[in-house]
Amino acid sequence: MSLFDKRLSEIHSALRAKELSVTDLAQASIASIKEHDNEIKSVLHVDEEGALAHARQLDERLAKGGEELGLLYGLPAGLKDNLITKGVRTTCASKFLANFDPVHDGTVSQKVKDADAVIVAKLNMDEFAMGGSNENSGFYPTKNPWNTEYVPGGSSGGSAAAMAARHFYFTLGSDTGGSIRQPAAFCGVVGLKPTYGRVSRFGLVAFASSLDQIGPVTKNVEDAAYVLQAIAGHDPYDSTSADVDVPDFLSALTGDVKGLRIGVPKELIGEGIDPEVRDAVLAALKQLESMGASWSEVSLPHTEYAVPAYYLLSSSEASSNLARFDGVRYGVRADNASNLIELYKESRSQGFGAEVKRRIMLGTYALSSGYYDAYYKKAQQVRTLIIQDYNSIFADFDVILHPTTPSTAFKIGENVDDPVKMYLEDICTVPVNLAGLPAISVPCGFSGNGLPIGLQIIGKAFDESTVLRVAHAYEQSVGYHQRKPEWVRG
Amino acid sequence: MSAITRKEVEHVANLARLQLTEEEAERYTKDLNAILEFAAKLNELDTSSVAPTSHATDVKNVMREDVNRPSLPREEVLKNAPDHEEGQFKVPAVFE
Repeated sequence: MSLFDKRLSEIHSALRAKELSVTDLAQASIASIKEHDNEIKSVLHVDEEGALAHARQLDERLAKGGEELGLLYGLPAGLKDNLITKGVRTTCASKFLANFDPVHDGTVSQKVKDADAVIVAKLNMDEFAMGGSNENSGFYPTKNPWNTEYVPGGSSGGSAAAMAARHFYFTLGSDTGGSIRQPAAFCGVVGLKPTYGRVSRFGLVAFASSLDQIGPVTKNVEDAAYVLQAIAGHDPYDSTSADVDVPDFLSALTGDVKGLRIGVPKELIGEGIDPEVRDAVLAALKQLESMGASWSEVSLPHTEYAVPAYYLLSSSEASSNLARFDGVRYGVRADNASNLIELYKESRSQGFGAEVKRRIMLGTYALSSGYYDAYYKKAQQVRTLIIQDYNSIFADFDVILHPTTPSTAFKIGENVDDPVKMYLEDICTVPVNLAGLPAISVPCGFSGNGLPIGLQIIGKAFDESTVLRVAHAYEQSVGYHQRKPEWVRG
Repeated sequence: MSAITRKEVEHVANLARLQLTEEEAERYTKDLNAILEFAAKLNELDTSSVAPTSHATDVKNVMREDVNRPSLPREEVLKNAPDHEEGQFKVPAVFE
């Protein structure tokens, strides 16, 4: 068993008993990256010096026996490279920000440090979080640890692949249209997207501000609960963060699903879903039934409209958010510009990759004079209909359950030439972001060719507790989370 | 809805402050047409009486006290600037 397969309570006992040090943990993380990440490419940069210095500091503090240990004390973490970290390069996997050195921490980076976790590395992603395969990284694509011919998913592909490879105790990703859950499903790990507003977005480089949300990627549900506990909460620096109480998520993990009412939308379990994925999800439902839950078929009638609405809204917001990258205050600057407009154009054109430009173009068009009502406003109205669909289901059910993705991971290069086909892969995840709901992906089986399958559990707004409870009860009863790619040691 | 032309793509690129290569302009004309055709699906729905949603949560007009608080030191803020002079960001001439 690898060090990072141990339960958090075991790690903390070992640290208290001096059988293990935080430095040992940080070194194990760095060694795993050095030894194995050449194949996977989940990491963009390692802060070896900073991590070891922080680890030593935490070891000294425990040796002095002073303060209480933070919730995530000593745990090596990897952060998606769109979460700004003071003094540690943050690039969003974009050439535009290749040398960007943040002057302060984001709220979540700070909270992770305040909880005594050690940030070891920044992780690969689709450039500016736009993509579902990590093929849009401006530096190099990440590969799926289960089979390196396949994508790890995206845009938090580095966060998920690094967990499957057990480089860290936990990682953080961000989810705008499925970017935590889809790679978690493809890599056989747990990925949680909290309710919109549950976690501060201050210091998360914005893609689509009405949809973005930070969340944990972990090897099991218990770890996801710990990390969420540490990062959740209202933040005066993010006016969209919700001023609501943060419950004790750990106490929700009772293992009990008796009387739970599950709704299964017929649109996301039938046609268009790969039979292997469908069978794995139906088996999961049977499992939950045997544990005392009940399920019925329900309907999300506007599902087929969610993907086009999502791409119009997210690209519109992105075109506005990415206007800040102009080559003046940070990032690359083209050196051949003779006036300011040319400087903007040349810098942006040199710094951004193809998919980022495509989305900026789409968003600019959808927001431009004469097209606003036809595209942007229309998509906002469809968003309302999708929210209403969820509200009517949640009047009678506790959770909604369906696959995280229509199929398992696809081959590298398979979808790169057809943006619409690539976008349709998001059908099971984008409706959840449009409604702002919490959702988790947990492993629920494997395909015939050995790739992981993800089960998605969606809850009512701010009811992460129920989502975690159901996911944990299911996970512990089936044990798929214990499987790792063969080459991953231990 | 009518298809987007190459000329419109160039107009949008200018609005977005992007300088497209010949190849990119071709490519994005094709891609945007495919995406917009796909987006036209939304027109199947009558939304004339549906209110638009801009945010999934109903937080509105969050205010804070108007009090001074420390800002970042100037040299820190300029640290990532491609060019600066006398404590200010420097850019090429705005006017000819």
